[in-house]
Amino acid sequence: MSEGVVVVGASMGGLRLAESLRRFGYTGPVRIFGNEGHPPYNRPPLSKDLLSAAEIDFAEVAFPQRSATADVEWNLSAEVVAADLTSQHITISGGKQVSFEHLIIATGLRSKRLGFESFPGDRHALRSFEDAKALRSKLGVGRKIVIIGSGFIACEVAATATKLGCEVHIVSPSKSPMDRALGEKLSAVVKLRLEAQGITFHMQATVIELIGSNRLEAVALSDGSTVRCDTLVEAIGSEANCEWLAGNDLDITDGLLCDGSLRAVRASGGSWPNVFGVGDVARFPNPIFDATPRRIEHWNIPTESAKFVGQQIAASYNSIEATVEVFRPLPSFWSDQFDMHIFGLGMSYLADASKLVHGDISGDCVFEFTREGVLVGVVGIGHRSVVQNYRSALER
Amino acid sequence: MIKINVDMNKCQHYGQCVFEAPNIFKLNEDDKLEYVATADDSELGNIEAAIDVCPMQAIFIVD
Repeated sequence: MSEGVVVVGASMGGLRLAESLRRFGYTGPVRIFGNEGHPPYNRPPLSKDLLSAAEIDFAEVAFPQRSATADVEWNLSAEVVAADLTSQHITISGGKQVSFEHLIIATGLRSKRLGFESFPGDRHALRSFEDAKALRSKLGVGRKIVIIGSGFIACEVAATATKLGCEVHIVSPSKSPMDRALGEKLSAVVKLRLEAQGITFHMQATVIELIGSNRLEAVALSDGSTVRCDTLVEAIGSEANCEWLAGNDLDITDGLLCDGSLRAVRASGGSWPNVFGVGDVARFPNPIFDATPRRIEHWNIPTESAKFVGQQIAASYNSIEATVEVFRPLPSFWSDQFDMHIFGLGMSYLADASKLVHGDISGDCVFEFTREGVLVGVVGIGHRSVVQNYRSALER
Repeated sequence: MIKINVDMNKCQHYGQCVFEAPNIFKLNEDDKLEYVATADDSELGNIEAAIDVCPMQAIFIVD
């Protein structure tokens, strides 16, 4: 019992896991390890309000910590480099080993980067507080920014940088921005609305060369054009931090493969009874939709998965049945860009068809998304209560 | 009693809190958030859950 629960990953998922353990009655030790130097903080403002603040203040994004978790041991700036699930210990950078009875894997994601290596100071990604601070210093009136990628983070950074007076170009291989989540029709009109705010899109294009002598001056694109810029933002997606788990009986090909109770799946069959995935590193089946395991990079997943796993573990220590045996979260996402408040429930990106069900496509509106005729998601611009009213239909 | 404060400069009225603590929060006809500022201690779990799911992290318990 003395070894208790060890959590690798000191972000939102780790914090919510600790809270959940205490709420459901686990009183033993909780030790959390994370490689960032900051205590848990909220990442969504990094591309929005925080990025436009005159002074970037960590207190604006730090999660308040509750008295119930005051005795949790936080080990920050502590990189976990290996795990041995059979002998039940992890290894910290420097060689120290820490034993566990239950291991929570909540190491999250890191930004994918382009391959170019020149002009390191003029190239940015956006995942951490330190990333946001570095990028903030490059934004301002007259600055020229090229953003690679056209997902939510790319478009949010574009909106924020435009509001700060930057000239902003988006370069992406996609047809239109955020098209995976918004679908073809809605993303096409969102593109028009972003263009009306001053953002220039170079779609179905990639960067082939960074140009400059001492510092970045322009990027050359695959469509033959050249775009002058002084800062490059790479918002081309994320990859899971799970290399440190190599050598164990696991599937870590794209995040940590978990079963329907979020226990880590053994590559050789069955699951580890005492090893769980939490947050966006976990690849799990969601019976709301189908049996295919997927990683879900939405903000509500770390919290929901941590609450679920905390209850499972607390129940096992107290020899009681957990009230819920299968994890079936309803994904939700939101994005604020200029006057647009985009809000979605479900997994619109699984759909094969979409239709406008409320409002006017040129303004605030709501789309339903179906797969083989079955509702899988709903996305709105504005009309939040219309979207919220789909909750029970989606949760089925 | 628990005292609740929502920072209305941060709140974007997504209504996620409504599903965690329906006795405390609601979206009105204009899609704007309304809430009661004090609640019985028995609501603590629901209010903490509402705090956790708020996309803007705009909900606070006042000590």
